[in-house]
Amino acid sequence: MQLIAEDLVIDRGSRRVIDGLSFAVKAGEALLLTGANGVGKTTLLRTLAGYIRPFRGHIRLDGGDAELTVGEQAHVVGHTNAIKSSLSVAENAAFWNAYLDAGESAAPRTEAALRHFGLEDLSDFPAAYLSAGQKRRLGLARLLVARRPLWLLDEPTSSLDTASSERLVAAVNEHTQSGGLAVIATHLPLALERVRTLNLAAQRVAA
Amino acid sequence: MQTLTQRLANPTRFMELSARLLPWISAASAILLAYGLYLAFIDSPADYQQGETVRIMYIHVPCAWLSMMVYGVIAVSSFGLLVFRHPLADVSAKAAAPLGAAFTFLALLTGSLWGKPMWGTYWVWDARLTSVLILFFLYLGLIALRSALEDEGAAAKLTAILALVGVTILPIIKFSVDWWNTLHQPSTDFTSTVDPSMRLPLLVMAAAFTLLFFAMHLKAMRNEILRRRVKALRTQAVAGRDRLAAHATTQGAAE
Amino acid sequence: MRLAIREGGAIGTALGFFLVVVSLMPLGLGPDLNLLARIAAGILWIALLLAALLSLNRIFEADYEDGTLDVLATGPLPLELVTVAKSLAHWITTGIPLAIMAPVLGILLNLDLAAYPVLVATTLLGTPAVSFLGAIGAALTMKTRRGGLLLAVIVLPLYVPTLIFGISAVAAGAGPSGFGASFLILAAISLTTIVLGPLAAAAALKVQLQ
Repeated sequence: MQLIAEDLVIDRGSRRVIDGLSFAVKAGEALLLTGANGVGKTTLLRTLAGYIRPFRGHIRLDGGDAELTVGEQAHVVGHTNAIKSSLSVAENAAFWNAYLDAGESAAPRTEAALRHFGLEDLSDFPAAYLSAGQKRRLGLARLLVARRPLWLLDEPTSSLDTASSERLVAAVNEHTQSGGLAVIATHLPLALERVRTLNLAAQRVAA
Repeated sequence: MQTLTQRLANPTRFMELSARLLPWISAASAILLAYGLYLAFIDSPADYQQGETVRIMYIHVPCAWLSMMVYGVIAVSSFGLLVFRHPLADVSAKAAAPLGAAFTFLALLTGSLWGKPMWGTYWVWDARLTSVLILFFLYLGLIALRSALEDEGAAAKLTAILALVGVTILPIIKFSVDWWNTLHQPSTDFTSTVDPSMRLPLLVMAAAFTLLFFAMHLKAMRNEILRRRVKALRTQAVAGRDRLAAHATTQGAAE
Repeated sequence: MRLAIREGGAIGTALGFFLVVVSLMPLGLGPDLNLLARIAAGILWIALLLAALLSLNRIFEADYEDGTLDVLATGPLPLELVTVAKSLAHWITTGIPLAIMAPVLGILLNLDLAAYPVLVATTLLGTPAVSFLGAIGAALTMKTRRGGLLLAVIVLPLYVPTLIFGISAVAAGAGPSGFGASFLILAAISLTTIVLGPLAAAAALKVQLQ
């Protein structure tokens, strides 16, 4: 499987944010998007996810499901966490499991997801009581529930302490090891395996 | 062979073309307006029922027609934006909305002034006036929505969606208002049948107003294009002057 | 549908608003029971519309703010169906309670007894249109501050047919000839909005998500 972007030109309002960008991400690989604020990392991620239509250019997932768009085979974790405060931690996870992936049994997968991010003892608490870091971890746990081949992450380590960041890195590594792909926008270093960097300011890909 | 809309799609070409057309349209509209007013106020007979006040009809009816036509223009422009992504479609819709609202308001105002001598009150809830009033609200909604949204690209598309929703519901609204009217009062026909001698001034005034709208619409579109150009230039200038901007700008900011 | 069940509602506020507005009417118009009985259907329908408007702009706002809308948009359900679920949830949590409360408030207005069942029937039939049309307005005004006011300006003209046929159906139903045309037209309008409303609302949401 390969994520291929060709000659992407993306406008936001009257500003041309991305002008003729091409890159590819192979299965088992993570691509880090770096660059100063405002250079277009979030815009590129949202375009890959399908929210924004590029002015020109193509995005496709070779080897993926031909019936689905790229966005439908991806899972995005952006700046917000998509957590409902009135529900408990477990209920939040269960809802996403049921919504995103019908037909699979809920409990084992959501438990495993919560456990990976250290939230299993909090599962009955209302999500409103969680700290900012814990909410971020719950938002990231959704990645393990969604089970999509392409992960699109926007500043995933924000609000995370060192231990939690390590859990995230472990999750991404496991994901790429089993053949998944990831595109991660960050301006902090992430110790990932099998990683390449794309600096959007210079629009060059470094191995 | 490009179609007319395709050739006009380029804003620069549009500016050139409209610059050449505008004086002619304005002149034609002025002439027709003068002729129409002459016919309306001097040459045509007074109505045997209503006397001199019928002359307000020569302004009221064309305004009402125009208020509907302009909404049609907005609807077509909105369709052009959403389906064909025509670059000038949004400029057209944005320019037309205030004009349409103005014509609608004029229609209401003249209708009210016309009504006073006829029915004794400044307002009556008959089918046509009520429909025009609701049309006025639809225009207000379009203008309000666009001005509330800061992101111009999103504002363009959202306003277009609202315009298309409005144009779809408009016939239903008209139908429901007519229904409501027949329920609540016996039909007092607002316009008596129009005498042939009155048709000519009416048509002339209608044509005059239509040309007037086109002239104003073109002018407003030109203004809007210019405004957007200024805005784009300023945005670029802001990006170019940022001393902390890390990227090497290929556009070559003047340092 | 799971989505629909997750909706809370500002239903208490909406019901309270309904009560207060209806109560204000006699205060403003005078306690002449005959007068009130004649215009009761109209007052109830209008107050119901305004009360429903109160909760409309929250349909999408909460999900947009916490990022849920982003995830919903990339899920297996097309955004149109998500909108149907949201509109349905609004109807169930707001429209139906208001419709049920309407005859209760009719007491305050000396509504003719024969009109009670008709009133409930017509409001139950007409309130889906309120929710589904209102969803369009909610989607359009999702990101604006004080969107509620703008929502009302945009959406109220669209409610005119529902209002007219709703009241007309009540009047016709309470009279000798039974339900008749208004009722059917009201049903047709509601059904149309259920189909077309989500299309427009989803289109607006896609623009907003960019």
